[in-house]
Amino acid sequence: MISERPLLSLKAITKTFGTLVANDNIDLELNRGEVLALLGENGAGKTTLMNILFGHYRADHGTIEIDGSQLSPGSPKEALQAGLGMVHQHFTLADNMTVLDNIMLGTEPLFSLRRHNSEAITKIKRLSEQYEIDVNPNSKVNTLSVGQRQRVEILKALYRDTRILILDEPTAVLTPQESDHLFATLKLLVTEGLAIIFITHKLREVMAVSDRCLVLRHGKTIYQCRTADTTAHKLATEMVGGELPKVLRKKSELGKSLFELNNINASDRKGHQLLRDLNLKLHAGEIIGIAGVSGNGQSHLADLVSGLLTPSSGQLVLNGIQVDKPTPLHMLRKGVGRIPEDRTATGVIGDMTVLENIALEKYWKKEYSRFGMLNSRTLANHTRKLTTSFDVRCGGLHSSARNMSGGNMQKLILSRVLSENPQVILANQPTWGLDVGATAFVHRQLIDACSEGAGVIIISEDLDELFSLADTIQVMYQASLSPPIDPARTTAAELGLAMSGHRDVVHSLLLKEAQS
Amino acid sequence: MDLVQLLFEAGFWAASVRMATPLIFGTIGELICERAGVLNLGIEGIMAAGCMTGWTWVYFGGDLWMGVLAAAFVGALFGLLHAVFTVHLGLSQHVTGLGITMLAAALSSFVFRMLLPNITTPPKITPFQLLEIPFLSEIPLLGKVVFTQSPMTILALLTVIVVAYFLKKTPAGLALSMTGENPMAVESQGLSVFAIRTWAVMTGSALMAVGGAFLTMSAFDAFYIGMVNGRGWICIALVVFASWNPLKALLGTIIFAAFDALQMRVQQQSGMIIPYQFYLMMPYIFSIVALIIMSRRSAYPKALLVPFRKGER
Repeated sequence: MISERPLLSLKAITKTFGTLVANDNIDLELNRGEVLALLGENGAGKTTLMNILFGHYRADHGTIEIDGSQLSPGSPKEALQAGLGMVHQHFTLADNMTVLDNIMLGTEPLFSLRRHNSEAITKIKRLSEQYEIDVNPNSKVNTLSVGQRQRVEILKALYRDTRILILDEPTAVLTPQESDHLFATLKLLVTEGLAIIFITHKLREVMAVSDRCLVLRHGKTIYQCRTADTTAHKLATEMVGGELPKVLRKKSELGKSLFELNNINASDRKGHQLLRDLNLKLHAGEIIGIAGVSGNGQSHLADLVSGLLTPSSGQLVLNGIQVDKPTPLHMLRKGVGRIPEDRTATGVIGDMTVLENIALEKYWKKEYSRFGMLNSRTLANHTRKLTTSFDVRCGGLHSSARNMSGGNMQKLILSRVLSENPQVILANQPTWGLDVGATAFVHRQLIDACSEGAGVIIISEDLDELFSLADTIQVMYQASLSPPIDPARTTAAELGLAMSGHRDVVHSLLLKEAQS
Repeated sequence: MDLVQLLFEAGFWAASVRMATPLIFGTIGELICERAGVLNLGIEGIMAAGCMTGWTWVYFGGDLWMGVLAAAFVGALFGLLHAVFTVHLGLSQHVTGLGITMLAAALSSFVFRMLLPNITTPPKITPFQLLEIPFLSEIPLLGKVVFTQSPMTILALLTVIVVAYFLKKTPAGLALSMTGENPMAVESQGLSVFAIRTWAVMTGSALMAVGGAFLTMSAFDAFYIGMVNGRGWICIALVVFASWNPLKALLGTIIFAAFDALQMRVQQQSGMIIPYQFYLMMPYIFSIVALIIMSRRSAYPKALLVPFRKGER
């Protein structure tokens, strides 16, 4: 099956943006039936390389060959026709349309008078059987789960007879079970002779599924090897360019109770229940992890804690005082710090400057405004201090926040929140999309805040994160929270089952704890 | 006056369909633009440009159908202008659209005055005559309402069917709807969002201009400044009412026109107990109420108003 000639070969690809060298003389080869893991921190040049491969950018130098024939640069259409397919991290599906519509888009001559739906359905059915990908072509995308949507994306690529499939951080949004499902699918694809490039931060997955690894740093190929000959530790140090900052958490004595939810219920205007009978108790020096597949009410829980959602019944107790009608400002003033889920949507305002974004959550404080006028000098000093101490890289205090990378944006938010010494910190997916270095930084900061007496609630879909940080884990499923589970006495697989609604698993976990 | 009797009168419905014609063209044109993700507030001005172009063409000796084509061409040009600003440069669709409306409306009046500087009463042309389609026009009720109309009205009805088929059944229609839902999906499948949006806005604008041309070439026989009289804005409301569906758009335009026809009848017949202004209001009140009810559950194109920039997420 494997021939001498590589299926895909990139030779000496170089691309510069102004003075920034995004890709520096990169060589890459990929054979049939092979999974190549492409690793690197944010900004290492992975995305640029893929954009060049797909013809979205033109390389300054270098050639791309697929199966021996050269690909003309800058033509997405030709790349698709040559058999390149990509599953983006942010799915490129239209939610309001059917699976069939999404798959068929662009596969027929644009000016034919009729769509050949039934032929397409036959082909989709055949592919789904061959690769064990189970989707109904007639269901609308917005009725599908995230895992199913990803399967639609893969199917979309297969429908075009893709030979080289590129997956950009495919497991970021999946539960452990869904990830396993994905890996099984990938194995099947590889045995059929497809070649796969797998872009990821998660080293455990690299070790599990890839045949070869390629590490990029600052646009250069730093390290290349067969997966069997390397270790996760070696890969991590190559990616970061040195030893990883170790994040260790020493458990401290729990202090007084800071924040309590007692039998909280909430529903929206149409009467749909958003939160169901929540119970949670956060102490000083404690980190509670909320595990769950996204869409099970985590965002409503976050809204509740930050004062955006008013409970219909139940008690919300902050620092021993019951809060009846929480508002965002009230919660902020009483020491609740909020690290929102979607940085660009509810964390920072892209069109406003770095300074203004810092001011957003503190402009009402005496130091920063007088008689309704902002005190720009103290604000500027404060912002400067924060950007240095949190190492926020930006184009200056008055550059717009839009231009920052995700990691720097998160540092900005973190500095805004932590500089107020909040007692309760709500961190919703605090490291989503961040690279190893930035993730370690965020974890370090949260742990430090915690050891200084704050309580932290971390909502995350990354179980590794929860296992390494949390004192207790509560699983959120269909708007309700499980009782606290001790992470030391459970495994990722068991949590995964609990996250997909197997209540008996939660019960047996609790039982195990009670017995010991 | 017997309202029930009126509702069964072929003449009433024929008038409604006739009065709906410019709205049908305008609404379908706007719908095509919006399904591709571009709001076209230039509609009011583009209809005025169509009015003027079609009429002038015929007045200076051109053929009626060629006049319709000329109007469509001018509409497409304004559409191209709108597309350059909103699609290629990614500027605000609201501001650009309003600008196009002002430009196109003012330019139409200006050109009309330039061509005919010394007139006191607007000159007339021979407009499209009623077309009785053989056999079909003899069907009871429907024959009078649908098949005994101006050829432009019949063209409008055909346009609805063609556009509905195009959007639902052809690959290009799928690509167009997809562009309005998620441009990234279109681009990643090797199609050009810029090209699709540009063509959609040009085609939609051409249809708007043809709607305008109906006013001077079929409904009346002369050009007056300001004769579009807000019809373009009504079309924008009707697109929302129709939830971006061409067949529902047809229904909406006919209901609106029926209220319009009704208020004319009522004005003539009743003993003026209620001031006539209230009857004038009826169609507009209908559109406001309909919008309030319908827009709550309408599924608008997800990428409407969102400019697409290459290489950005």
